[in-house]
Amino acid sequence: MKTLKPLNGNQTIAEAVRQVDIDVVAAYPITPSTAIVETIAQFKADGLIKGEFVCPESEHSAMSVCIGAAAAGGRVMTATSAQGLALMWEMLYIAAGLRLPIVAAIVNRALSAPINIHGDHSDTMGARDSGWIQIYSENCQEAYDNFIQAFRIAEHPDVRTPVLVGLDGFIISHSTEIVEIEDDEEVRRFVGEYLPIYPLLDTSRRFTVGSIDFTDYYFEHKRSQIEGIENSPRVIEQIGQEFGQKFGRYYSFFEAYHLDDAELVIVVMSSAAGTCKEAIDELREEGLKIGLLKPRVFRPFPYQKIAEALKDKLAVAVLDRSSSPGAFGAPLFTEIRSALYDYEKRPKIINYIYGLGGRDIKVEHFKEVAQNLVRIATTGKIDSHVGYLNLRE
Amino acid sequence: MAAVRLKDLAQKEDRLVAGHGMCLGCGIPIIFKIILRATDDPLIVTCATGCLEVCTTIFPRTAWNVTWIHSAFENAAATAAGIEAMYRALKNKGKIPQEKKIKILAIGGDGGTYDIGFQALSGAVERGHDFVYVCYDNNVYANTGGQRSSATPLGASATTAPAGTKSPGKIQPRKDLTRIMAAHKIPYVAQASPNKWLDLYNKAKKAFEIEGSAFINVLCPCPTEWKYEESQGIKLAQLANDTCVWPLYEVEKGHFKINYKPKQKLPVTEWLKSQGRFRHLFKEENAWIIEAIQAQVDEEWEELNKLAEM
Repeated sequence: MKTLKPLNGNQTIAEAVRQVDIDVVAAYPITPSTAIVETIAQFKADGLIKGEFVCPESEHSAMSVCIGAAAAGGRVMTATSAQGLALMWEMLYIAAGLRLPIVAAIVNRALSAPINIHGDHSDTMGARDSGWIQIYSENCQEAYDNFIQAFRIAEHPDVRTPVLVGLDGFIISHSTEIVEIEDDEEVRRFVGEYLPIYPLLDTSRRFTVGSIDFTDYYFEHKRSQIEGIENSPRVIEQIGQEFGQKFGRYYSFFEAYHLDDAELVIVVMSSAAGTCKEAIDELREEGLKIGLLKPRVFRPFPYQKIAEALKDKLAVAVLDRSSSPGAFGAPLFTEIRSALYDYEKRPKIINYIYGLGGRDIKVEHFKEVAQNLVRIATTGKIDSHVGYLNLRE
Repeated sequence: MAAVRLKDLAQKEDRLVAGHGMCLGCGIPIIFKIILRATDDPLIVTCATGCLEVCTTIFPRTAWNVTWIHSAFENAAATAAGIEAMYRALKNKGKIPQEKKIKILAIGGDGGTYDIGFQALSGAVERGHDFVYVCYDNNVYANTGGQRSSATPLGASATTAPAGTKSPGKIQPRKDLTRIMAAHKIPYVAQASPNKWLDLYNKAKKAFEIEGSAFINVLCPCPTEWKYEESQGIKLAQLANDTCVWPLYEVEKGHFKINYKPKQKLPVTEWLKSQGRFRHLFKEENAWIIEAIQAQVDEEWEELNKLAEM
């Protein structure tokens, strides 16, 4: 039976881990995702998780343990943040290259230096070319729902690609919400049993995993890896629908909020989208035709769907909670601007970098963005393509 | 332990087969042909990046007749830990029959073990995963052309610690990894070399049979980087035992046991003059290095004997 529980983001992830009949968890504690690891350890200590919990000596080893365990043949997860994800960086590519369906909860946190423990997306954006599917969550409920779906997506035979689920550090990881927690048995049934294709533990067959490719094979193997993530959109869509039919909460590639009739659009991911909705409500009351597009899936990037949703708008502001120093704007902006290139009629598009190191973003800041969009839509002129929100300069 | 005959071992199935690309005279295949014969259970092997990994698995060929995985350079122990954790999980869940025994072997060279993989190894054995880790210690990053490692001995010339007009080669003594692993107080730690094939076999067998983490450090002659004639590798390993540069011993549940005591301990110069990597040490100005090496070997041998008497 569905129950309503007051849980924070970290607790919802641990609940999901308990429910998906996990085989191996290997995770190293780091703020702000520590409580995920601690809660799972407690579940194990209390016999609520039958699988193994491994607490390695670093995140690099945590991901290495995940790789060994997933290759051995079973369901595997980890959790980390910021420096932890950065330390895993080498292994992220290997997990994806070996086509291991590992699922990771990434509590998004700013990367050092300067050291900072608060939420931004610089950690996962740094891993955007690692071959992992990336799904972002606005709140605790989405974190829980996304995390459960992640196993189905990762383990799908046509995909077999690791998935990371992002939730904003502190803003979501440490904020308590009333979360709909589904029945254990129903979740177990939804994720189903994972059937690995080449488990090392099936010693009746002898095979070599992770051999060395030279110039004659590497390229073909990388291409076949890319095919896995290219197959994922239909799987992501189908599982989002199936999840909705079963539990009543439907998911797709992005959420549209007052988007259909909007002339101006703000694009923003994760927790800031909640604040943005509040701003949109107020601006709508003032008569402004403005809407929100909240991407959920960043890898694979749903470029056609997002471009179709935005092509007829007058002006779009893409808000990034990360920076790509020296690039023309931050990652979400460059993706969306590129996606719109082939359309003859397309909106004016600008980028704002916001919230680095957990800097707050409030309704007033979204209103500031809206004012600029009005000005651009009216004059057709862009003063600056890339700006910064709520920053002292 | 029942008597083991080489003839019987030779008839066992080869788990590392011919056709690999390791150098003529390389110690690695000799070592692993022995170790892989020391268990009849199904085996999963994971290798750190290094000579053995690169030379045996060039896609689409493989020299491995067991299930095998390579992940990265520094994480063979962590990869093995993951395999072992999954093995335990699936056994607990009844997905693998209780009576089924699978052994897990992690392998690294001295680069992947003493240096970049040391943290992962220390962590994995501290957690007590049930696996065997074997280091083939050829004293150098041989796979990439002879750079120094922390296993490179004092006075050896390596490409990143070369002997030159102002330098006598590596100026630091090697790290004593076997003793460091023994300090982890794991069930079994041993030092071996391929010339004493039965000793190596017995140690591997014991390591596979013991529950928990086991570590074996095996001296691995490398003709390419030590610079000697290819046919001399096994003789060199014997010389390492006889000079006490590489004593054979094991540490079982904290108890040290020396497995080979040379009847006549040879001077280290016998060892040093046998290899090109030490050639520069015989210049007059480097005499102090040879003295320092001898002093170190004597001290360590004496210490080891004291530990074994305890």
